[in-house]
Amino acid sequence: MSFLFSSSLGRKLVMAVTGVSLIAFLLVHCLINAMVFFNDGGATFNVAAEFMSANWFIRTMEIGLFAGLLLHIAQGLWLVGDNQKKRKSRYQINGGSANSTWYSRSMGLLGTIILIFLVLHLKHFWVVSRFEIPHGITEEHTLFHEMIEIFENPIAVIVYVLGCISLSYHLLHGFSSAFQTLGVNHKSYTPLIKSLGVGFSIVVPLIFAAIPVVMHLGLIK
Amino acid sequence: MGNSMKINLKVWRQKNQNTSGSFETYSVEASPDMSFLEMFDVLNEQLIEEGKEPVAFDHDCREGICGMCSMVINGRPHGPKQGVTTCQLHMRSFKDGDTVVVEPWRSNAFPIVKDLSVDRGAFDRIISSGGFVSVNTGSAVDANSILIPKETADTAFEAATCIGCGACVSACKNASAMLFVGAKVTQLSELPQGKVERESRVVAMVNQMDAEGFGACSNTGACAAECPKEIPLSVIANLNREYYKAKLNGK
Repeated sequence: MSFLFSSSLGRKLVMAVTGVSLIAFLLVHCLINAMVFFNDGGATFNVAAEFMSANWFIRTMEIGLFAGLLLHIAQGLWLVGDNQKKRKSRYQINGGSANSTWYSRSMGLLGTIILIFLVLHLKHFWVVSRFEIPHGITEEHTLFHEMIEIFENPIAVIVYVLGCISLSYHLLHGFSSAFQTLGVNHKSYTPLIKSLGVGFSIVVPLIFAAIPVVMHLGLIK
Repeated sequence: MGNSMKINLKVWRQKNQNTSGSFETYSVEASPDMSFLEMFDVLNEQLIEEGKEPVAFDHDCREGICGMCSMVINGRPHGPKQGVTTCQLHMRSFKDGDTVVVEPWRSNAFPIVKDLSVDRGAFDRIISSGGFVSVNTGSAVDANSILIPKETADTAFEAATCIGCGACVSACKNASAMLFVGAKVTQLSELPQGKVERESRVVAMVNQMDAEGFGACSNTGACAAECPKEIPLSVIANLNREYYKAKLNGK
């Protein structure tokens, strides 16, 4: 199995497999978050959030998720660093814009922005609900209340929106790229995967980004 | 020769592998009907007359099949046109008075020999590591004894049109050679004669590719977009499939 960390193709396989699992996680995360749009004071959302934290199966999955995320980050940074060393003398004129999209060439940068956002995001919600630092989630102060409180701050809202924009561009390339790496390139399925990828990359980050904005504007209470 | 045009050239000049290069500016009177390489011939005549060192550049067939010509023109391998090599690019693709920047393929795996000429021996070493079929010599077998479906033959032939010019490496932000290796692996693994050694071949070729110092693939698609033979990105997906299958079988 050492080829997964030594060969260029093996390392790409790790990126694709962890990437696809992170996409699956995003879908679940997004569906649960979208429950705040019921505008029922967070009642439905809190039930779902409670279920996700009290369930042993999901807690086990969480360990796998973090392992996958760390692997994606470490392998990604290592690949970006390695790839940059393959061309020591730079081109005077870079014609990249004529043959590829800017975001496909900036996955490392976009990923780093998402990573910085993630540190803040985990501190805001995950650390609070798992480790009760600085305070825990209670019947009176639910996760929904915590969200309302955090998104009162306009800077937090801006950071979350920027994080979602980076996520969107990261997915615009990453979604279909993962399938290509996994060897799925088919006359009729590939256009379908590409359209699905574009839809996912726009809709999911848009739902994520809408929550801080509507909460800040007081449209959801 | 019809109306002539003035082209300002910024050309990469580098004495050899061990020295650092720089750009030199030249002015050439060209005809719109000249190929890009013929315009360089005119420049070199000019330089020889002035007693200066002519620009070294690779070329051979000048009809788009040998894969020798290798110039990055205004940031794009083989210039601005789709599906053509530098030798088939004509000056009518430029305007009178244009400034054109010409650089060599840039990749650690392709060291610069001189000026615009690079050493693409890395590709040869990848081919010798596994890009062949081992068959017993003897009299040719009857062509109809091994039936090959038309679709398979077409896929193999499409991949086999790769001329190994290295534009894929030069266009890739990671200087990756996967389009080249993918084309060679696809061409051989599709056909019955090449299927026999498919697993050992793909592992050997990928190992050699990594050892030569080419980067990994980011699926940006730049290689396929710049390939003068329009090799599709699907050959890289096929390379991945072949490699993972071989690894699953313990190769």
